[in-house]
Amino acid sequence: MTDVLTAHPRRRPFVARYPSAVVFLAILALFTLGVTILAEGFGIGVISTSFVKTLGKTLCLCLVALAMDLVWGYCGILSLGHMAFFGIGGYAIGMWLMYARTEIIVRESLAAAPLPPTPQEISDGIAGQIFGVVGASEFPPIWALAHSLPLQLLAVVLVPGLIALVFGWLAFRSRVTGVYLSILTQAMTLALSLYLFQNDSGLRGNNGLSGLQNLPGLSQVPQSTISIIFLWASALALGLGYLLCAWVVSGQFGSVIRAIRDDEARVRFLGYSVEAYKLFIFTFTAVIAGIAGALYYPQAGIINPAEIAPIASIYLAVWVAIGGRGKLYGAVIGAAFVSLLSTWFTGGQAPDINLGFYTIQWVDWWTILLGLSFVAVTLFAPRGIGGLIDLITERRHPDRHGADLGPDPGALQEKEADR
Amino acid sequence: MTPVIRRLAACLLFCLSCAPAASAQERNTPIQLLLQEHGAQIKKSSRKSIGPAIDALAASGSEDARRVLERWQAKDMWFDKESGLFVFAQKADGGDLRLFDVAGAAEIGLAPKADFKQLKPNSGIRGMIAAALVQFQLNAPDPETRATALTAIERDAEPSHLTALRASLGKETEPALKTRKERLERLLTIRFAEDEAERIAAIKDFSGDLGVDLRAALTPLVATRLAVAPRTETLSPDVRIVTVGDTLARAQAYDLLVEKELAPPRTDPDSLRETLIANIEGHKIAGVRIATLNTDTARARAYESLAIQGLAQPLVTEEDVTEALQRFAFFEVFVGAPLPVARAAEVALQDIEAKLALSQTVDLALDGLSLASIYFLAAIGLAITFGVMGVINMAHGEFIMMGAYTGYVVQLFVPDYTLSILLAIPLAFAVTFGAGVAMERLVIRWLYHRPLETLLATFGVSIALQQLAKNIFGTQARPLTAPGWLDGSLVINDVIAISYIRIAIFVLALIFLAVFLFVMNRTRLGLEVRAVTQNPRMASSMGINPDRINMLTFGFGSGIAGIAGVAIGLYAKVTSEMGSDYIVQSFMTVVVGGVGNIWGTLLGATLVGTLQKGIEWLNPSNTLAAQTYMILFIILFIQFRPRGIIALKGRAAEA
Amino acid sequence: MSRTLLKTSAAALLIASAAPAFADCPVKVGVLHSLSGTMAISETTLKDTMEMLIEQQNEKGGVLGCQLEAVVVDPASDWPLFAEKARELLTVHEVDVIFGNWTSVSRKSVLPVIEELNGLLFYPVQYEGEESSKNVFYTGAAPNQQAIPATDYFLEELEVEKFALLGTDYVYPRTTNNILESYLQQKGIAKEDIFVNYTPFGHSDWSKIVADVVALGADGKKVGVISTINGDANIGFYKELAAAGISADDIPVVAFSVGEEELSGLDTTNLVGHLAAWNYFQSADTEANADWVAAWKARMGEERVTNDPMEAHYIGFNMWVNAAQAAGTTDVDAVRTAMYGQEFPNLTGGTAVMLPNHHLAKPVLIGEIQSDGQFDIISETDVVPGDAWTDFLPESAVLVSDWKELGCGMYNTETSTCVQIKSNY
Repeated sequence: MTDVLTAHPRRRPFVARYPSAVVFLAILALFTLGVTILAEGFGIGVISTSFVKTLGKTLCLCLVALAMDLVWGYCGILSLGHMAFFGIGGYAIGMWLMYARTEIIVRESLAAAPLPPTPQEISDGIAGQIFGVVGASEFPPIWALAHSLPLQLLAVVLVPGLIALVFGWLAFRSRVTGVYLSILTQAMTLALSLYLFQNDSGLRGNNGLSGLQNLPGLSQVPQSTISIIFLWASALALGLGYLLCAWVVSGQFGSVIRAIRDDEARVRFLGYSVEAYKLFIFTFTAVIAGIAGALYYPQAGIINPAEIAPIASIYLAVWVAIGGRGKLYGAVIGAAFVSLLSTWFTGGQAPDINLGFYTIQWVDWWTILLGLSFVAVTLFAPRGIGGLIDLITERRHPDRHGADLGPDPGALQEKEADR
Repeated sequence: MTPVIRRLAACLLFCLSCAPAASAQERNTPIQLLLQEHGAQIKKSSRKSIGPAIDALAASGSEDARRVLERWQAKDMWFDKESGLFVFAQKADGGDLRLFDVAGAAEIGLAPKADFKQLKPNSGIRGMIAAALVQFQLNAPDPETRATALTAIERDAEPSHLTALRASLGKETEPALKTRKERLERLLTIRFAEDEAERIAAIKDFSGDLGVDLRAALTPLVATRLAVAPRTETLSPDVRIVTVGDTLARAQAYDLLVEKELAPPRTDPDSLRETLIANIEGHKIAGVRIATLNTDTARARAYESLAIQGLAQPLVTEEDVTEALQRFAFFEVFVGAPLPVARAAEVALQDIEAKLALSQTVDLALDGLSLASIYFLAAIGLAITFGVMGVINMAHGEFIMMGAYTGYVVQLFVPDYTLSILLAIPLAFAVTFGAGVAMERLVIRWLYHRPLETLLATFGVSIALQQLAKNIFGTQARPLTAPGWLDGSLVINDVIAISYIRIAIFVLALIFLAVFLFVMNRTRLGLEVRAVTQNPRMASSMGINPDRINMLTFGFGSGIAGIAGVAIGLYAKVTSEMGSDYIVQSFMTVVVGGVGNIWGTLLGATLVGTLQKGIEWLNPSNTLAAQTYMILFIILFIQFRPRGIIALKGRAAEA
Repeated sequence: MSRTLLKTSAAALLIASAAPAFADCPVKVGVLHSLSGTMAISETTLKDTMEMLIEQQNEKGGVLGCQLEAVVVDPASDWPLFAEKARELLTVHEVDVIFGNWTSVSRKSVLPVIEELNGLLFYPVQYEGEESSKNVFYTGAAPNQQAIPATDYFLEELEVEKFALLGTDYVYPRTTNNILESYLQQKGIAKEDIFVNYTPFGHSDWSKIVADVVALGADGKKVGVISTINGDANIGFYKELAAAGISADDIPVVAFSVGEEELSGLDTTNLVGHLAAWNYFQSADTEANADWVAAWKARMGEERVTNDPMEAHYIGFNMWVNAAQAAGTTDVDAVRTAMYGQEFPNLTGGTAVMLPNHHLAKPVLIGEIQSDGQFDIISETDVVPGDAWTDFLPESAVLVSDWKELGCGMYNTETSTCVQIKSNY
């Protein structure tokens, strides 16, 4: 195990340590440029705006999948709660979007009133507009900062980070690991989504925050342009996120977290503060997820508690697993592949297959296919789609040093028993 | 003789001309005339206006009137659209109606339905009719009719019922009805008797009773009205003084003063704004530029200058409110009954209150226990697969669903509910046992050493099964009906009650606990399971086939999930998504209780169930909040006891 | 003779040449109902309804000389996906009209897209009101067409004095209950006599809540339950009611989200007499309804039932067809103008009229549950015009919606200003 930690005593250049980052960034840049040229906003208009939005959202999903890969594929924590952080990011930005958009409307409508409006009247007007649909008319305290974009942007980063920090500290401190941790994170998302489902939560309950695609002050800008802007922003975030993650996993720090995945106890005995490492990764990835969410929901247009339901986080794990854990590009491929395929199948575009006695309608059978393919991937291709790339490039994973793939204490224990 | 001829003639006429039969019926029977007199109200069929019609029928007291009331209540009365004549009718074949005369109920003949309109008294009117029928039914020879009358009184008592009831009391022979009548007589005495002493005596008779009906009779007696008087007046000693700020909110008290015109209304921001707008002069209000009026203080100042000019009511400040409130005394006066009766009722209610709290706690505990048994039932299969084998089966919920659908399918073929449930339980076990074994063979056995991946693979199975169920059974919920003997509930008193189906689920949970304990501790299989769990290598060297044991254990756990599905389907719903409602709770039950120990699961379920009910009790208006806080509690609980309530010690804990 | 012939052929020519100019054949009708996910349970039926209506219309010759073509997409009960699919329908498939949505949140998700792209949506489900969009026609009931008449029925006919408002925790029950609380208080019901409870979707453990409701009767007042419980949660609720032996005569329950479809998952023998308020019941005794039910059963199977949102689509679709014929085009603005004042016979008798506030004027029916899972219609009100903004909440009472005269969906009558042209979402 020592050689895992001292494998790279001499610092090689980052690019040499992580060559896939360059390839990835190049592909991402080409993709973004290509879409821009083909789309309606600035280009020739072959790709519809709704598809540009889908692509932009997919990039955000890739970003959160990266975070998931870091925490699960590299650090061995199967978190079934990262979509909660994604959702919180969306809520944080959504609050400002709704507030600012409504404020413009309210100010305009009050401008015609005989008396100039007091701050209280403006605030009441906004609250009435935002909460009227859910039967309330006062701002809950949670909205205290919603008027300010910088503060809400800060919240995008801080709120998921803080929740992850507190939750992680509690959980790792008590040495909750493995499956227990997965269930606990799942409980966390469930609690959060149930909380948000309540109207009393102050975030409009089941209705969530809507109309987020209409950016305040930009009502004249067509959605075709806005969609391209968000595509760029998402691509930029994904590119930066990839670099950051690559940097984190390629150094000595990366070696330690992989070692934690492979044998936590041993790393602890070597004197590393396992909890601190895990806590850092958990919080760091939560922040990335929050940023991804903040970019995703203005493109989706609406966020509501169903987005945070436990199943969303499980799907996230599914993407990463299908793409290939322990490889950053695997996560990206998995998220992009599965979510786009899902769009294609549920969109009714996939042709029905007529078997004569029965017609397979993909709307009905796609989920079954997804579920079964997921079982198949777990059983037969634990390296996922990314593993195929490894086969083609004939590249072994550089940092595994013989340990079996996956966050898998069992396999190691087996080996010990064999000795 | 004449009626017979008339009827014959009517039939003949009907057959010959095919004219609407009702036109052939007698217009001038007393009952038809009476109905016609109130025809408009009866056809309008509204509780607000129907009173006189029912009263008139009841007052006539005739046999025909009784029959009309009964048939009308049963929605058997129709009227001819053309002539407006009333007639009894039953639906006959071919869209026709079989008509009967309202007088004497003799058959008239068949007539096309389109010519008639059915009277559909709503349940409010039906209640009034029932109340009117009481006088006919209270002494009826048939005990069931007498019971109907008593039910009608219980629902819709009238002062006149008291006399009728008292009169019938002595003639009652049926003991059960007699007790009911006696109790009802006491209740009516409390409500309607003229004599105060009689009422108080009746109240005292009930001491120790918790019935909702008793409380319903007593509570209106202690109704109070909030009143106000200047402090200078001496108040009668019978009233209860209320202190402002203590039991009576300040704003509420002041509103009362305003309502009684004892104090000027408060100037709220809206009326302040309106007054300002009303006094706009050019760009100014009271000399203040309008553009500057964008704060509350600026507006208040402008308003005050308006008030000084006499253009507005003076502002009512907080000091004014305090001052006004000090000038008056607030007190409550009994309005529901004369003072002695109200006092007696109050004492009785206080007495009830104390006992009620106990009963409510018991009821809540029963609810909690029932929920716990449902969670336990849902989790027990998981306790085996997860707790004993360490396999995370996310498809566990779908096994529950499969069991429930099995029950539904069985009911499709076996219409007898009792038989079908008895068949469904073993069949559900067989189906899910098979599914479990298949899944273990095909998927899980390859993943025994990769628990996290088992989680994901079984999740894949779970979504596939859910969608498959949707494709087969559709998205609509399917009925799974409990046999008749499980209908209704066990009523201990008016507060403590629990439905039989919940008791059945509780018993089922106990049976499973026993079966589990028996299998694990007393059978060869259990021994082998424990051996394989503790050390598979050692077990296999002892001649146990771990593969077979794993397969059977998993099948056993899944089979129990199937039976749980039947039970859950009986009390709730059968949909393709029912499993996902229970999966997270089930995992938490197992984890909270402590993995690998059935008693832990039992404790976990009890904790989760009672806790949820407890939180629901604290916040009755929001069940969702209860679930949220319960999960938060569990998260915290696991932080402090990561291995659950009953933690395994030593080597087994590492398995 | 020859002149007439000339005229006719000229007219025919005109129509032949004009029709494609105004409506590209085929006329595309978008169907935006979830076919998978949690809402599929309700919405799939409406997709089938639309397909049946379009087929029937094509047999009659389509619209403006064009055949109709249904473009069905599946938003999968995923609210953001509703917005995405709506955009896809309008920009990629270029549909002329959309029939769709069930939940309020899905409608709120679609609103910005429909308004941005000037689409036309027919929304068929009873909803909470407090909204008016230029691009949406609300063919389901507004609160004053369902909740208020039902509450009046409770107050006047059943003399209920104490109310339990039970709902699933989402926007429709929340807003409806808000309106009802305010309405009941205006009717003189004390605040303490209104018990409100919200449960999660799919809630199944009702023992405590049912016990709470029974306990309400302890002060001698007649208790009634107004249920806005949604979907499958009703099954557990009614089973618990039946188990507790609560008869409709003791504590009547009126439900706003329980129709024939929901009852098909239940044995209703123990629920006879409980109520539901809708604009349509399958049991309505008219010829048009008999044909409709027969056509539906012939298409979908004998055990299938019809329900209120289906009738809403039936009326909405036929009105749209007539408006398009009247306007001579499927252009959204022209059709919208032609929609105002459109009349079409209800399946339950009488005629529905489209008002300038994009709501229908329709009678309200109250039905008692029968043992065969059908409703017995025991009360029918006069025609009630749908009201976008309720009169029973102070903030909304001053608002009106009139797209014909005022051109505004949120017009403040107090200040005589249009608060906003877009809808609130």
